[in-house]
Amino acid sequence: MLAYALKRLVILALSLALASLVIFLVVEVAPGDPASYMLGINARPDTVAALRAELGLDLPRAERYLAWVGGMVQGDFGTSYTYRAPVSQMVAERIRVSLPLALYALTLSVVIAFPAGIFAAARRGRAGDAGVIAATQLGIAIPNFWFAMLLVLLFAIKLRWFSAGGFPGWDDPLMGLKALTLPAVALALPQAAILTRVMRSSLLDILHEDFIRTARAKGLTRRQALWRHGVRNAMIPVLTIIGLQFSFLLAGAIIIEQVFFLPGLGRLIFQAITQRDLIVVESVVMLLVFAVISVNFLTDLAYAAVDPRLRTSR
Amino acid sequence: MTRNLVLGGALTALFLAAALLSYVWTPYDTEAMQIANRLQTPSAAHWFGTDHFGRDILSMIMVGARTSIAVALVAVGIGMGAGVPLGLAAAARHGGWLDEAIMRMNDLVFAFPSLVIAILITAILGPGATNAIIAIGIFNIPVFARLSRGAALSLWKREFILAARVAGKTAPRISAEHILPNIANLLIVQGTIQFSLGILAEAGLSYVGLGAQPPIPSWGRMLADAQTMVALAPHVAIMPGLAIVLMVLGLNLLGDGLRDRLDPRLRVVRA
Repeated sequence: MLAYALKRLVILALSLALASLVIFLVVEVAPGDPASYMLGINARPDTVAALRAELGLDLPRAERYLAWVGGMVQGDFGTSYTYRAPVSQMVAERIRVSLPLALYALTLSVVIAFPAGIFAAARRGRAGDAGVIAATQLGIAIPNFWFAMLLVLLFAIKLRWFSAGGFPGWDDPLMGLKALTLPAVALALPQAAILTRVMRSSLLDILHEDFIRTARAKGLTRRQALWRHGVRNAMIPVLTIIGLQFSFLLAGAIIIEQVFFLPGLGRLIFQAITQRDLIVVESVVMLLVFAVISVNFLTDLAYAAVDPRLRTSR
Repeated sequence: MTRNLVLGGALTALFLAAALLSYVWTPYDTEAMQIANRLQTPSAAHWFGTDHFGRDILSMIMVGARTSIAVALVAVGIGMGAGVPLGLAAAARHGGWLDEAIMRMNDLVFAFPSLVIAILITAILGPGATNAIIAIGIFNIPVFARLSRGAALSLWKREFILAARVAGKTAPRISAEHILPNIANLLIVQGTIQFSLGILAEAGLSYVGLGAQPPIPSWGRMLADAQTMVALAPHVAIMPGLAIVLMVLGLNLLGDGLRDRLDPRLRVVRA
């Protein structure tokens, strides 16, 4: 187990190193010099040069890359060109919106998908199953930002139960949660549809296994066998998808944050891109990639802990 | 289930026909603004109503279908064109450094939140349909590479491949002549799924202003324009959204139907 974990850890480190290099190079080729952008078109060349030196933009590429990566390892994400504030501080503020939003949406998606998937699997081929499948087809096809607009139309404009956008902060946790409710529902819809399908098909696969037949032979009803032995064993593929979904939700929140004017990481990236605040773009993207790779790493480890066979194969 | 195939095929054909028809005819000119007619609700003259510039929404959706289909189709082409050869090469050299390198590159691309990178790419290369195609296409490559590698690996162990090797055929020739035709069904089904994901991705990118630029109509930007008017004229937001949903739904049903028809055992990735 230790050897397996170490091997995965090396792969994790290599992936992160490669990802950081790709992000750095992609952002490097971006047209537009941040210094001249900040100072405007009337700036004197020597002022621009001075600012470039101050921001460290005049250093060779390799040196800047190493400084960026070295800083991140120590938790220093650099200083925003436009706001002159530490990027880590800006990220810390924004993540207070994005992370709860992703978790909220993930919870909703699980709360919807589990009962729906089990319900459909238990009624395979009957009307209830067909209804759930049709609903998931629709859920996958609906763009979440459009669903968000429909939610606003119904719950904010017509019924006036929720506000149409904005975020009041966490001073009053209930108000904060309420402001994130419509965005979380919009974000959760397609994920819930996918998770329902995975839950259903994973359960159906399990129901053909010998141990289910044994359970039935012992005298359990179909439903009892499904609940006591099926659901627990069907969880493995479902957990993988949940792991993957978390990162999708974190990244998918970018567009939903635009719809609801939420001050999260997504809006931060958009602002930074339009203001050529490259260091913010680099660091936030790197952070999201880090989140995705780490979640995958933890999922792999959790598997190996549960199922020793996986430790030998790749 | 032939029902899926028929319904999905009909919906897809409807949108393809509308897109093609829009090259020669639309009910109204999509670039003509008639402010006097702005925000009209659906009527006999304007079936889907008009937008804030008085443009006919049905005509805009027809021309917008062109953008969506073109972007998603070319993005699938990029994914297949680059991904399938890579996957076949990896399978032919199974366990070798090439296989390892290709699969690790795939893992890396999968690790990137695709939307974030698509936004990054379009933001850096500039917004527009071409860059949206590149951004969406890049993420199709590992999907097809992984799929064709997995399918090819199981074929390489079969006897007819062994016979071809004994006959002296080289690995690239075997891949092209024997493996590729045998995984074509799988690729078609996956292609349909990626096509529908491409439509959604294009809509998302143009919604945030990084897709096709005005005056080219696109479904995503129609929704972005509609957002501020949703209280005043809900149909402006509802119609383009319905177009996206029906197109994506049609493609997904078509994909499921094709899978059931061609080979029910096919495992399609939905990521």
